[in-house]
Amino acid sequence: MSLRIVVTVKYVPDATGDRHFADDLTVDRDDVDGLLSELDEYAVEQALQIAEDADDAEVTVLTVGPEDAKDALRKALSMGADKAIHVEDDDLHGTDAIGTSLVLAKAIEKAGYDLVISGMASTDGTMGVVPALLAERLGVPQVTLLSEVSVEDGTVKGRRDGDAASEQLEASLPAVVSVTDQSGEARYPSFKGIMAAKKKPVESWDLSDLEIEAEEVGLEGAYTTVEAAAERPARTAGTIVKDEGEGGKQLAEFLASQKFI
Amino acid sequence: MAEVLVYVDHVDGAVRKPTLELLTLARRIGEPVAVALGSGAENTAATLAEHGAVKVLTHDASEYAEYLVVPKVDALQAAYEQVSPAAVLVPSSAEGKEIAARLALRIGSGIITDAVDLEAGDEGPVATQSVFAASFTTKSRVSKGTPVITVKPNSAAVEAAPAAGTVEALSVTFSEKATGTKVTGRTPRESTGRPELTEAAIVVSGGRGVGGAENFALIETLADSLGAAVGASRAAVDAGWYPHTNQVGQTGKSVSPQLYIATGISGAIQHRAGMQTSKTIVAINKDAEAPIFDLVDYGIVGDLFEVVPQLTEQIRARKG
Ligand SMILES: Cc1cc2nc3c(=O)[nH]c(=O)nc-3n(C[C@H](O)[C@H](O)[C@H](O)COP(=O)(O)OP(=O)(O)OC[C@H]3O[C@@H](n4cnc5c(N)ncnc54)[C@H](O)[C@@H]3O)c2cc1C
Ligand SMILES: Cc1cc2nc3c(=O)[nH]c(=O)nc-3n(C[C@H](O)[C@H](O)[C@H](O)COP(=O)(O)OP(=O)(O)OC[C@H]3O[C@@H](n4cnc5c(N)ncnc54)[C@H](O)[C@@H]3O)c2cc1C
Repeated sequence: MSLRIVVTVKYVPDATGDRHFADDLTVDRDDVDGLLSELDEYAVEQALQIAEDADDAEVTVLTVGPEDAKDALRKALSMGADKAIHVEDDDLHGTDAIGTSLVLAKAIEKAGYDLVISGMASTDGTMGVVPALLAERLGVPQVTLLSEVSVEDGTVKGRRDGDAASEQLEASLPAVVSVTDQSGEARYPSFKGIMAAKKKPVESWDLSDLEIEAEEVGLEGAYTTVEAAAERPARTAGTIVKDEGEGGKQLAEFLASQKFI
Repeated sequence: MAEVLVYVDHVDGAVRKPTLELLTLARRIGEPVAVALGSGAENTAATLAEHGAVKVLTHDASEYAEYLVVPKVDALQAAYEQVSPAAVLVPSSAEGKEIAARLALRIGSGIITDAVDLEAGDEGPVATQSVFAASFTTKSRVSKGTPVITVKPNSAAVEAAPAAGTVEALSVTFSEKATGTKVTGRTPRESTGRPELTEAAIVVSGGRGVGGAENFALIETLADSLGAAVGASRAAVDAGWYPHTNQVGQTGKSVSPQLYIATGISGAIQHRAGMQTSKTIVAINKDAEAPIFDLVDYGIVGDLFEVVPQLTEQIRARKG
């Protein structure tokens, strides 16, 4: 029996670049390089490991995003995923978390799946809610924020490290999993992987392929509205002192002057 | 006045500070009705009443401990249907965000996560978010359905505001989905006796510059002299010098204390994402060019092994 794994991967502006907002208060993607959200590399890695341990498995990577988002798919394919799906439509511009989860869920259903694997959060919106939303929409168990994951005999098991406790979780497939950056270092694409990726199939779907109306997504369909975005004022330059043997004392004086001691 | 549902984060009846902050924020937009679930739920009532809850809806069942997230969503939905609130506020923990998101979807609403402030607006509550590693501040609102908003710790001062806090049993019917993900084991985290990282007024963090697990004792001693929590950079965590639960940053905890002291931390964007909203920032780093110095109110360019012990000694002397 083959195991169909769908990995959701997001294309995001590089966090080390100068990220900012466009006039319509959506993320300005033109001025900053985009890339596969680093936290989704962990999801791809775990998918590949689970597939390697299974008799017969197929890993499909899925993204919802503009034309350039293909770069994220290419990266995941060069790591070793088998095929890719790109959901792209002009009407998607400005989609919020509820809308994104709708599009992803419809695409996952259309692709067919036994297991969905996501990252713990994107590196731009950083909400950390899409996996839970997918589980709710698909009506399957959510096994999220795992630092350790394994699949055997139709059951997914994992460890979730929470604030108060570390929990062992278990659910039957189909299920939605999300993995943290503690789940295991992601592999680098090999030269062979990069060459092979060029030949792997990338399907393109638009909203009509998923039977989603334009009004359900995009800025128009959004359930949330951004009213203002302002750059945080630069911090006023602080005092910087070179330690000449009295650094600790000087710092203590500063802390006392601020009433911390 | 409109009622506002507040989801209570508690451990066996002990209410955690972020929930008390939520009650303060909830009072800006209506009358707080608290929802406390699981073991000890009823014991939360006194504290919640003292901080403004007009009503406390409680429910306990083994499902909350035995299955992941969904039973809590079912209960919060039951409370939502009973109260028809003007907004739902949930603490921004990892679990809180998941509960909030699923509730929003079920009730046909939008969700805003990680608000750092909340005020009443003409068209419903307006949330302030601090985004892109705290380099931008946005104002957003939920434009469809009943606003579901998660709020970060340290977003408001806790204020006492005695209210009735009438306890009512919530009636909950669990959905079929509730038992989908079994919790087959649980290892509680050992208490260090130090304040909770996300709630602490002062955080002292160590990075790669600390140089080894054994040297973290130096950071802990400084933290203890200030009554502070201990944080760590991912480099220190990945090296195995400190537990991941203490990691500050994008994939760790996001902290917003009155005072943040970074020692031996360079200030990478992912670290900044978790601490840049701290009120006062201090760094000790031997490299004058380290990006962390762009953020500081006070910085010492020096060897932490010289500066930290001297600082600790001075603090102890001053505190007598
Ligand atoms: C700074 C900022 C703040 C925002 N705040 C809000 C808000 O408060 N409310 C709101 O509704 N929307 C918000 N959005 C929009 C939201 O980020 C997007 O709609 C989004 O794709 C879903 O949220 P996320 O990226 O935070 O996902 P997360 O929940 O953090 O992502 C978790 C995982 O879901 C998967 N995933 C997420 N998006 C995609 C995608 N497009 N394609 C493939 N996989 C994906 C990835 O595996 C990812 O690792 C915000 C966006 C930005 C840039
Ligand atoms: C997707 C992603 C998520 C990430 N999430 C996080 C996160 O949540 N948190 C996080 O912290 N990082 C995170 N990172 C990693 C981040 O990019 C940095 O690698 C990390 O923060 C570096 O840690 P550091 O500052 O301790 O180490 P370094 O960058 O190596 O800095 C060490 C500093 O110590 C100083 N130093 C050395 N010796 C001494 C001494 N004796 N006295 C004083 N100073 C000394 C050095 O001058 C240097 O500035 C993430 C990265 C990625 C890609």
